[in-house]
Amino acid sequence: MSKVLVIAEQRDGRLKRSTFELVGASAAAGNETHVALLGEGVAGLAQELAHYGAKKVHLAENAGLKFYTSEAYSKILFPLIQSLSPSVILASHTPTGRDLMPRLAAKLGVGLASDCTQLTFEGDQIKVRRPVYAGKATVEVEFLGSGPRVATFRQNALGIPKPDTSKTAEISTTSVDLGTLATRVIEVVKGNSARPDVTEASIVISGGRSLKNAENFKILEDTADVIGAAVGASRAAVDAGFRPHRDQVGQTGKVVSPSLYIACGISGAIQHLAGMRTSKVIVAINTDPEAPIFQLADYGLVGDLFAIIPLLREELKKIKEH
Amino acid sequence: MNIYVCIKQVPDTETKIKLNADQNGIDTTGIKWIVSPYDELAIEEALRLRDKNPGSTATVVSAGPVRVVEAMRTALAMGADSAIHVDLPESADNNWVAKSIAGALKKESKFDVIFTGKEAIDDGAAQVSQLVAEYLGIPSVTVVLGTEYLPSGVRCKREIEGGSFEMVEASFPLLIAAQKGLNEPRYASLPNIMKAKKKEVKTLKPSDVGTSEADQKIRYKNFQLPPPKQAGKKISGDPAAQAKELVRLLHEEAKVV
Ligand SMILES: Cc1cc2nc3c(=O)[nH]c(=O)nc-3n(C[C@H](O)[C@H](O)[C@H](O)COP(=O)(O)OP(=O)(O)OC[C@H]3O[C@@H](n4cnc5c(N)ncnc54)[C@H](O)[C@@H]3O)c2cc1C
Repeated sequence: MSKVLVIAEQRDGRLKRSTFELVGASAAAGNETHVALLGEGVAGLAQELAHYGAKKVHLAENAGLKFYTSEAYSKILFPLIQSLSPSVILASHTPTGRDLMPRLAAKLGVGLASDCTQLTFEGDQIKVRRPVYAGKATVEVEFLGSGPRVATFRQNALGIPKPDTSKTAEISTTSVDLGTLATRVIEVVKGNSARPDVTEASIVISGGRSLKNAENFKILEDTADVIGAAVGASRAAVDAGFRPHRDQVGQTGKVVSPSLYIACGISGAIQHLAGMRTSKVIVAINTDPEAPIFQLADYGLVGDLFAIIPLLREELKKIKEH
Repeated sequence: MNIYVCIKQVPDTETKIKLNADQNGIDTTGIKWIVSPYDELAIEEALRLRDKNPGSTATVVSAGPVRVVEAMRTALAMGADSAIHVDLPESADNNWVAKSIAGALKKESKFDVIFTGKEAIDDGAAQVSQLVAEYLGIPSVTVVLGTEYLPSGVRCKREIEGGSFEMVEASFPLLIAAQKGLNEPRYASLPNIMKAKKKEVKTLKPSDVGTSEADQKIRYKNFQLPPPKQAGKKISGDPAAQAKELVRLLHEEAKVV
């Protein structure tokens, strides 16, 4: 058993699912699980962390923490870590975690294992693996020297346990003195998408060049909306202007690890596979039985996506109505 | 302005990865090396900023084995003025690399803006940019797809999740990590490739930049190739039968919907 600190992430008054993954994995291994929760007006979220196994929530609230900056977050977290002295620190490999954790690790004088997909606790140590070369290989990360073990995790890689709403956590309020800051978030411009982000969604439906134009992506969107899925795209579809780059899955786009990935009219180029090969279940729909994507697919449908997708939507609706 | 751009040389995206005999690294024989794609955006941004500010210089920096000089020649051919190479072993981790780059930059007379890619496509850890900034004690803005230069700093458009972005302001000196969308990197012309061969590349040893093997904080070991995927199920029939059977399997067998 060890003392673990999870760096929580919240946006727009909601905790990230990936935070629950980390808290759940730590608590399931019997660790003394602490969570750092930073923001403005976020106290109400603290008990939800307890439902996933947090023993104690360290709360820091301040108007200067409304938006994340590495500078403001470090000013709170570094002293907290020094006084708590956890043996393990976990965060998500999200826009926030990616930006923050290298700086925190450097301040602590330790190394960082980024974008891990496997985690086991061994005494006060952790054993982690991560993909390298865009998922063409995986490695174990050996931490050298002493100090806390710090790692970030790919979203959806660990899975979310069932919450136990009877559990509560101790809450301790951390004092906040941000001083002057050299970085300022002037404004946040909301994306207009009603659908989840491809990196966060537990189901992703992606389309390729074969969708032919932006309008045709509507058939994927309509299907996605039945099951709360995100809509992704191959680079060919992005380069053709059918979708924005933020939806691109692959080596030069987003890396996703959903429980279900449905590739529609995507050939399965090595750079695309890099972005989705850790998905738990992969479905491929393609007219070409020789398409490389079928080698990775758990379920392969040889056929025309324009014929199959609308029918798929109807079948999914039936399941959802039951 | 003194502008710097940190780049990494990585295997081409088409590369088939093979492990070495000890399984503690990859077999690099026959690999075609390229400049990591996000770093090309960083180079382009550095060149544009230099050209908008007469009297400025754009210097490319890379830490790694001697092969990385070839990647820096590409940056020089695109238009960078000179290059600094810190000679580190193949196995150096992000921390040693970043601390060495920061050490090299501290030896320069001054630095105003440092550009990097948002991550390298081989390791994908996205650490070096923030680590360099941390070791230099300067602000950084990562995953940047737009910049507006102000008298005292830069206003950056930073991509966050869900299609949202933030407008972040940071003051000079600062580090900016480039995301796709920032610009369209130029290609090096043949005459410029020739000219690049004569541009200065300075090589430094770890001891010159105040680092040593003690700055290595993690090591990768026990490399594995992904296990071969078991042959999946082919679902045949007419589209209606395929759709029905797929949903049945996803619901009853895979339990994902
Ligand atoms: C440096 C570099 C980085 C890259 N990064 C990425 C990346 O991040 N992500 C990425 O995706 N790619 C990336 N690529 C591009 C990659 O190599 C492929 O070109 C791209 O993935 C192909 O997209 P696609 O599958 O949509 O198109 P194609 O390869 O053209 O495949 C289209 C597929 O659709 C099928 N099809 C056609 N009509 C239908 C129909 N009616 N119904 C069903 N199936 C149909 C065809 O059989 C074919 O298999 C990168 C390339 C390079 C060089």
